[in-house]
Amino acid sequence: MKRIIAKEEACMGCGLCEVHCTVQHSKSKDIIKAYTREQPRPISRVRLEINKPVSFAIQCRHCEDAPCVSACLAGAMRKDEETGMVTHNAEKCMGCWTCIMVCPYGAIKMDVSGKVVAKCDLCSELEVPACVANCPNGALVCKEVTP
Amino acid sequence: MPKYVIIGASAAGIGAVEAIRDVDPVGTITVISEELLPQYSRPMISDFVSGKATLEKMKCREDYFWEKNAVQALTGRTATRLNLTGKYVELDGGERVNFEKLLLATGGKPFVPKIEGADKEGVFTFTTLADAEHLAAKLENAKSAVVVGAGLIGVSVTEALAKRGLRVTMVEFKDTILSLLLDSTAAKIVENAIRKAGVTIVTGQTVQRIVGKRENDHVVNGAVLTNGDSIQCDVVIIAIGVIPRTELAAGTDMKTNRGIIVDKFMQTTVPDVYASGDVAEAYDFVLNENRSLPLWPLAQLEGKVAGYNMAGKKAKYDGGTSMSALKYFGVPIISVGITNPKDDAAYEILVKHEPEKEVYKKIVLRDNVIVGMTFVNAIERTGILFHLMKHCVNVKRFKQALLSDDFSLAALPLSTRKKVYPEAAMR
Repeated sequence: MKRIIAKEEACMGCGLCEVHCTVQHSKSKDIIKAYTREQPRPISRVRLEINKPVSFAIQCRHCEDAPCVSACLAGAMRKDEETGMVTHNAEKCMGCWTCIMVCPYGAIKMDVSGKVVAKCDLCSELEVPACVANCPNGALVCKEVTP
Repeated sequence: MPKYVIIGASAAGIGAVEAIRDVDPVGTITVISEELLPQYSRPMISDFVSGKATLEKMKCREDYFWEKNAVQALTGRTATRLNLTGKYVELDGGERVNFEKLLLATGGKPFVPKIEGADKEGVFTFTTLADAEHLAAKLENAKSAVVVGAGLIGVSVTEALAKRGLRVTMVEFKDTILSLLLDSTAAKIVENAIRKAGVTIVTGQTVQRIVGKRENDHVVNGAVLTNGDSIQCDVVIIAIGVIPRTELAAGTDMKTNRGIIVDKFMQTTVPDVYASGDVAEAYDFVLNENRSLPLWPLAQLEGKVAGYNMAGKKAKYDGGTSMSALKYFGVPIISVGITNPKDDAAYEILVKHEPEKEVYKKIVLRDNVIVGMTFVNAIERTGILFHLMKHCVNVKRFKQALLSDDFSLAALPLSTRKKVYPEAAMR
């Protein structure tokens, strides 16, 4: 499976990872349309954390023994046995927020609807996740690891 | 002979099946469940009553869950007796099911206090899908309801009833609602939201008597409170709490307290017999003692730990604590651990209250370690705090950052991050 690794020392804190994550999860997949026309604007599943001079981007780590999967009240958060990815099924999600309470990375957000959560899906339809592909300083890298 | 027998197929039972199959693909598993369709999410029954969730959505595992895991599922069956020396379970039909390893995941049952008239038609408890179906069927012709108890179940059923357009009165014995989870400031924020939804909240009272209709005394017509006030209603829901279903342990060597006593491997005092979920008294890492904590996520984890140990893979339960995430009446809340300590001297309390935004954040520290927290209307990233709490991290150096709106992993000193986030990506 793909894993996204943050290189803290290379992060400039520009926030393009969040911009491109938003675009990738928009309906139009177009940066101008996503930011000007889509209401509410889709949220970024990656979060840039800044506490100057420290900055790095963080998204779902797809934990080996994922606390969100064990805690999910609805069976919406699952560990894919083949890929090792933690997947979230928004159709099943009941918006109870238990996963937000137990995610050690704070990487699960309330979606714009306020009814379900949203998190990194590793841009499964792309070769390289949008945050990685658009990081101008190589602070996010994508690695293939065996689950 | 089945190698593994599991009684109960809700959160703990499901967790155990998955863990067993993770290490033992062939050992036979038999699951005994009173329910016909056990693999649904009990916390979702209020969404079922409100109409927000269908039965399909409630299923927390696929329909072929039993087949997929090669489980012999005896659904709609009741385990009536255990023989732990002979190592078998007796079923309602008299058959015996032998086991090598047994898990009791029988859950909890609603506590119903002695209230005159509690046997009338129109009085419900609210823990299972069957309860929800019975209640939903009755609601077609009901206009008003009294909910007894304003804990998690009481508030969740109140929301469902209000959404269905009923006139609801919630009656709570304590002075505030959700008193086990929230202090009065946090409770007031939720109470406001509940009142805005048209619900009447009566505190400091309980229901003394349920009265019947004049023409048919056996059918609910109202409730009389301890202060003598009477409230007309078509249904009464008793939601005072749940008690562990330990009946099967009676007459065995299994030690019980309020629930079944287990060690950190979820084994009871009888070898090869395990207990998990609402029926067990598992470890609370904040209070440093074993106690009954009827919470779905903990049941699932405990079941998992039991399953691994039953299948021969040593697994230790790190412990849980009182931990609830709430979504009711549109007020997101996280409440973990000690949220309202009585002995103030031993604790340091950090608070940020923004009444205009209805945001309330409170962290309870003991010797600079987080032992509890309440977050209302600003719950994101509370998982980081929970992680610090679980790892007993001394937060002295970054205490001031904990309640800040931009609190994040980056606020933690590098040494702390390295210690509690060993993953390479975080270095």
